[in-house]
Amino acid sequence: MMAGSTAASVRFQDVVKAFGEVVAVRDLSFTIEPGSLVTLLGPSGCGKTTTLRLIAGLEMSTSGKILIGEREVTKLPASERDVSMVFQSYALFPHMTVLENVAYGLSVSGMPKAEAHAKAEQQLALVGLKGFGARLPSELSGGQQQRVAVARALILEPQVLLFDEPLSNLDAKLRRHVRQEICELQQSLGLTTVYVTHDQEEALAVSDRIIVMRNAEIAQTGTPHELYEEPADLFVADFIGDANVVTGEIKALDGALAVVDIGGVERRLPHRGLPPGEVDVAIRPEAIHLSRERVDNSLSGTVSKATYLGSHLEYSVETPLGELFVIDHRVDGFAPPGTTVSVVMADRGVTLVESG
Amino acid sequence: MRRSVVLWLAVGWVGLAVLPWYAIEDGFWNFAWLDGYPVDGDFAPALLQGLGHGRWWLLPVCLALAAPVGILGRRKTDPWFAAVLLMAGGFGLAYTLAQGFAIGIRGWEFEALESTFGELGDRQFGMGYGAVLVFGAFLFFLTEGIAARGAIKGDVFVVGSIGLVIALVAAFIFFPITRILISAVQDNDENFAPALFFTKLFSGDIWGLECLTANLSCGVAWNSLFMAILVGAGTTAMGLAFALIATRTGFRAKKLLRVLTVLPIITPPFVIGLAVILLFGRSGAVSTFLEWAFAIEPSRWIYGLPGIWLAQMLAFTPIAFLVLIGVVEGISPAMEEAAITLRADTWRTFVTVSLPLMRPGLANAFLLGFIESLADFGNPMVLGGDYDVLSIEIFFAIVGAQHDQSRAAVLAIVLLAFTLSAFYAQRRWLGRKSYATISGKGDSGLHMHLPRRLKILSYGTALPWAALTAVIYCTIMFGGFVESWGRDHGFTLRHYLEAFSVTTGAHGLVWSGAAWNSFWTTLEIAAISAPLTAGVGLLTAYILVRQRFVGKDAFEFGTMLSFAIPGTVIGIGYILAFNVPPIEITGTGVILVICFVFRNMPVGVRAGIAAMSQIDQSLDEASLTLGARSFTTLRKVVLPLLRPAIVAALVFSFVRAMTAISAVIFLVSANYDMATSYILGRVENSDFGLAIAYSSVLILVMLCAIVLIQVAVGQRRLGRRGAQQFGLEGSTG
Ligand SMILES: Nc1ncnc2c1ncn2[C@@H]1O[C@H](COP(=O)(O)OP(=O)(O)O)[C@@H](O)[C@H]1O
Ligand SMILES: [Mg+2]
Repeated sequence: MMAGSTAASVRFQDVVKAFGEVVAVRDLSFTIEPGSLVTLLGPSGCGKTTTLRLIAGLEMSTSGKILIGEREVTKLPASERDVSMVFQSYALFPHMTVLENVAYGLSVSGMPKAEAHAKAEQQLALVGLKGFGARLPSELSGGQQQRVAVARALILEPQVLLFDEPLSNLDAKLRRHVRQEICELQQSLGLTTVYVTHDQEEALAVSDRIIVMRNAEIAQTGTPHELYEEPADLFVADFIGDANVVTGEIKALDGALAVVDIGGVERRLPHRGLPPGEVDVAIRPEAIHLSRERVDNSLSGTVSKATYLGSHLEYSVETPLGELFVIDHRVDGFAPPGTTVSVVMADRGVTLVESG
Repeated sequence: MRRSVVLWLAVGWVGLAVLPWYAIEDGFWNFAWLDGYPVDGDFAPALLQGLGHGRWWLLPVCLALAAPVGILGRRKTDPWFAAVLLMAGGFGLAYTLAQGFAIGIRGWEFEALESTFGELGDRQFGMGYGAVLVFGAFLFFLTEGIAARGAIKGDVFVVGSIGLVIALVAAFIFFPITRILISAVQDNDENFAPALFFTKLFSGDIWGLECLTANLSCGVAWNSLFMAILVGAGTTAMGLAFALIATRTGFRAKKLLRVLTVLPIITPPFVIGLAVILLFGRSGAVSTFLEWAFAIEPSRWIYGLPGIWLAQMLAFTPIAFLVLIGVVEGISPAMEEAAITLRADTWRTFVTVSLPLMRPGLANAFLLGFIESLADFGNPMVLGGDYDVLSIEIFFAIVGAQHDQSRAAVLAIVLLAFTLSAFYAQRRWLGRKSYATISGKGDSGLHMHLPRRLKILSYGTALPWAALTAVIYCTIMFGGFVESWGRDHGFTLRHYLEAFSVTTGAHGLVWSGAAWNSFWTTLEIAAISAPLTAGVGLLTAYILVRQRFVGKDAFEFGTMLSFAIPGTVIGIGYILAFNVPPIEITGTGVILVICFVFRNMPVGVRAGIAAMSQIDQSLDEASLTLGARSFTTLRKVVLPLLRPAIVAALVFSFVRAMTAISAVIFLVSANYDMATSYILGRVENSDFGLAIAYSSVLILVMLCAIVLIQVAVGQRRLGRRGAQQFGLEGSTG
């Protein structure tokens, strides 16, 4: 019914948004390709929602340019942009039935009521809510309300679809399920979609690309894989999956690799343009293996805390580099606190980052 | 091409070239002018006035109205579009206003102009339909231009609404107040006389302190202030007693307490004063009884401070109760329970925990009582005796033998300074808290019961008071059926017949009763002004809650200001401002409607703000992203959810239009007499029977109207979520 051809790109050029003194978004520039799902990820208060609302036209930029497709929309109000949004609170109109809610966009644009309602029925069927049209939003469960909100946003066949933390009001079980549904819908319709979340796992799961934000600016942009494997800095390393940050020293450069000394252990890692000298090393908790036997080229440490979590074990290990956080999926090899262990770093999941 | 520009162009040109420019003498709805139209010099539209009647100064208006035609073909983003609209609107407004103020019924209004341009040899009257339309067109050109520049997300409707509210508030609140200030520094022949101003401002009859040293009365300012403090303290104490009983005792008849709080709201304020006279006056029921039983000589002790105080206490205690019950209920029981588990007994808990937590509420209640007392006109009017207060002095300075406008203006400034200071203090200390709603978190736990001595004290004051209120209302209800109060207590329908008799004449029914005229006028004016008040109030609330713009604080101050302006001050301001061109509307029904709309607007604003803060903004935004413009959003999403606030605003403005007296008394005319001023006239002639009969009819009519409005506007439909109830609060007077 809705072809991917309606999808459009979104482009920001040096966009600034200030609320009085507070700068919520500073010099933001990015391009979102047509038909892709891009996530804005970052801690609370970093400007994600503001960015989303700038795309929707619910906020007007203080300076800079915003383009949707080839058209400049910087000064266009929300009602004149071809963009739909699914709100964090769903924002279903409580005084209208589900069907009236879904048909709203069509009826305010002047479509006759019967026709609008017929299309809304189809849309409801598409999200699996056939037959719920006559209910009031308050008579639906959280997950159903969410689907109504999606159906309502989709009915205008928008060029861009926006989601603001769509899963935050759902319980943990439902989240994974709805996440999948959103992905499938997005792919089958080929819509350009911008998705805001502060949950890195959610972002990694749904995105084609992720824009990581920090303090009103972009910290890094890339595919989930790129961000996880090659974080640009400590902030990204720590935010996307946890990371132990320790200090090392680049001894020498050798082609694309650097010879690094990490607490006495020597490793060869991609140097990513960093000069010799002191450097920060981000080590993923999964990239550390503990062994009760002595191993060459490893650190020695003492387990200070061990937590059993069913699918995996979490350890805190006291080492000369400081305390390290470790995730171990071999649940049967439980090492109680006080155990002396060798700490081995895996080949992947250890990254040099600029010390900040 | 922008449809709104075309629309306002059309409206402007109709106003300029078709409708009469000047106001029609015989009233807004009178169409006798069609007779001499369009050539007659009084009725001609502005275009003909300018070309054919030598009123050349109207021609530049046409020029400003022609300019926007040039940009009809342009796009909104074109810089010329905004520039031309800004210039046409700005110049048009400024010029139309300037010529209106510069040329009046005596030609040039300012000598400087006369000496520059020579004698005009012509004059003009107040503006009429045509001018109103042209003003509207210029105003909306200006706002559309501002919106095109990108203000408020380029939203034409919102910018237009803000412009409209600002223009109305400027014209009908700030302009009259400014006129008072100007009048105060002029002598009665409109010459600038600052020395006279200071003499009047500091004169002995305002600030004198003779009552402290000799057996003389003090200045009116002290009288008013003293009374206001007594009433503020009294109503707060009484309101607290009622609130404690309602929330922290096992008192059975709590519903009845609620009823007692609604009654005074639908009672014209001076009716309580009237009932007080009927009970405690020289021939009042209580006085007669005391004479008969204890041979106590009846006297006029009730006239003056005791009477006014008693009447105001009865009238304003419910307001204090409404404020305090919210506060007392809002104190989390967990706090009290915490204190008790820490071994404090109930008395210490109350004194050290509950009472301090109520402090903001107490201050709020006190200030409201204080302001109400200062502003009250009706009770001092019927019960004042020799005890002069500001509101009454202002009235007699204007209508009395002195006819001293500038003295009235000076007194008005003093009164205004008092109420504004109190209002400022209230907003400063507690202001915004009053809007905050109690959080949805279920605080489990029960309020502790009152300590014994406090319980005794509360019951001891509140129950007799409730009984007195009940007696007062019985007096009001039955007083109209008594032949002659105090002398002959026989049953009669005479008063009702005199007021409301209907006979059948040759042409059907004849409304021959004396009260019908003012009764229908009152209903008509109240019915017209209620929806207007609700409309302006809710629109303002929408702007305040939902929009961000520069100068919003000033905007809010302006729209809430009239809440702190006593009716007497508004009344004199309206007389001074609207007796002469360019807005010449005294003696019409229009001025009454306008007066009610802008006096009661804050109530609509508050009801709207309270309701709108509970509607999540994302609902509006969802509607906007679905392609609905802000006007459609307001109509389809916000308004339907605002039903309870609409009811509250409609009921309140209707009721206040029917009960108001203080501003009205300046503005009524032979054609437009209002019920309250008619009744007050009867009271002054000691025709108590008819007055009280008419009052009880008014109370009944208001009760019916409230029910009717509830039914007409209906309930919100929200499924499981129940509709919230909004408390009515506000002031009378
Ligand atoms: N309407 C507003 N007025 C003032 N400051 C705001 C407003 N909206 C957002 N901000 C500020 O802008 C910053 C970014 O907010 P937001 O975009 O909501 O963050 P996020 O969605 O990433 O949590 C915050 O510091 C917030 O306080
Ligand atoms: Mg957010």
